[in-house]
Amino acid sequence: MSTSWWSWDHAAAVLPLLLDGFKVTLLATVLGTLIALVLGLIVAIVRRSAPRVVSAPVTGVVEFVRMTPLVVQLVFANLVLSPYIDSTLAIGIWVLGIHYTTYMAEVYRAGIDSVPTGQWEAATALSLPRARTWRAVVVPQAIRNTLPALGNYAISMFKETPFFVVIYIPEMVRNAQTYGGDTFRYTEAITLAGLIFLVASYPTSLLIRRLEKKLA
Amino acid sequence: MDGVIGFFADLAPNLQLLVDRSPQILDGVRTTVLATVVGALLALIIAFVFGLAQLAKVAVVRIVARVFVEFFRGTSLVVQLFWLAFVLPQLPYPLGFRLDPLLVGVIALGLNYGAYAAEVVRGSINSVPKGQYEAISALSLSPVRGMFRVVIPQAWALMIPSLSNLWIQLLKGSAIVSSVTLYDLFFQIEQVRDRTGTWFAYLFALVAYFVIAWVIVVIMNALEVRAKHSIGRGPALSQSWRTLFRAPGSKTAEGGLA
Repeated sequence: MSTSWWSWDHAAAVLPLLLDGFKVTLLATVLGTLIALVLGLIVAIVRRSAPRVVSAPVTGVVEFVRMTPLVVQLVFANLVLSPYIDSTLAIGIWVLGIHYTTYMAEVYRAGIDSVPTGQWEAATALSLPRARTWRAVVVPQAIRNTLPALGNYAISMFKETPFFVVIYIPEMVRNAQTYGGDTFRYTEAITLAGLIFLVASYPTSLLIRRLEKKLA
Repeated sequence: MDGVIGFFADLAPNLQLLVDRSPQILDGVRTTVLATVVGALLALIIAFVFGLAQLAKVAVVRIVARVFVEFFRGTSLVVQLFWLAFVLPQLPYPLGFRLDPLLVGVIALGLNYGAYAAEVVRGSINSVPKGQYEAISALSLSPVRGMFRVVIPQAWALMIPSLSNLWIQLLKGSAIVSSVTLYDLFFQIEQVRDRTGTWFAYLFALVAYFVIAWVIVVIMNALEVRAKHSIGRGPALSQSWRTLFRAPGSKTAEGGLA
């Protein structure tokens, strides 16, 4: 074991593993975001327009998922679903996506609330059918209002993919941990993993901040 | 037996098992609550120090605070936790020391969520109207006094809903500390899983976290009512206890975390 605090040899050895894991991290972020974007919108519309017998239980489940740890949900879902679903990664992505659905639904709700009442009245005056009012009038305006928040949650999801370590999905941090366990040398692996997160997430959050200013 | 059917069939013996194991489980609850409360206090201190520092007149102070906040927001919680748990002990003298797992958890949670909360503090102070600052100089209060007596009380009322959400995030994030050998609620529940089956153990764990989260919600709602009342913008706590049980995020639309 090297006594110097930083070894470029270890850094070079672990980097390919980290980048391999980074692909998994990115895949999970992209697919998780897609799931959350779609399901979040559905949940927001159901909570707003479905009858109370439907919307009340949906609200209850959403609150419960939102206020309980992703880590526990991951381990639970993995134990329950692994006999039926081969891919742990698929389970992880769905749990991540559904967890963030509960946040996205809240963002959409705020976006829908911010569409002026006049727009709803105009849709009624034009006797647009209910579905078309949603599709052509409300949702386009609501989504515009919510873009920055949705982007922020996508970044936040990106930084929560390391929670996948609890179900041993080989994403970046898990690979760093494995390398550390195999070589008894954690410094380079964990430090580089952190720096890769920083390098990837900081420019994206700057972009979103610019988008926020532009839309405001 | 496992699965949903097993959950109901074995409900009585499982509840008995929980009672038998209650010393360990309560110990786990205590550890989770301790990490969540101390972590949140550390986060709050960091939030105010670095949130206010970003508004400082001296450019160097602003830049240092900005770099700190972006660094700890940008490098995932799990990485920070693992760094403190695995890398720090491997660093050469005088840095190479092993922290107590509870301390590792508290520091990682405090740094990470503190960096997010610093943004909340900065944003809330920025959104206190300019006229308030003019009022401070009109009353010839010193800037420091004006900050503490005029600006921060108003900003505090604004920031509580976001801080409440972050505190719940912190509680949820704390479930990862079991992976650095801290025996929290999640760890203790995993210990009974073999005997109770997956469904019972994990539903119990989720409900336990849910209950703790609601305690946080009620505390923060109470703080919010009080803060608003103290700046003359709402009823006293005794007149509005119903609002204490309002779900978080049911009123404000915060722009996410990142």
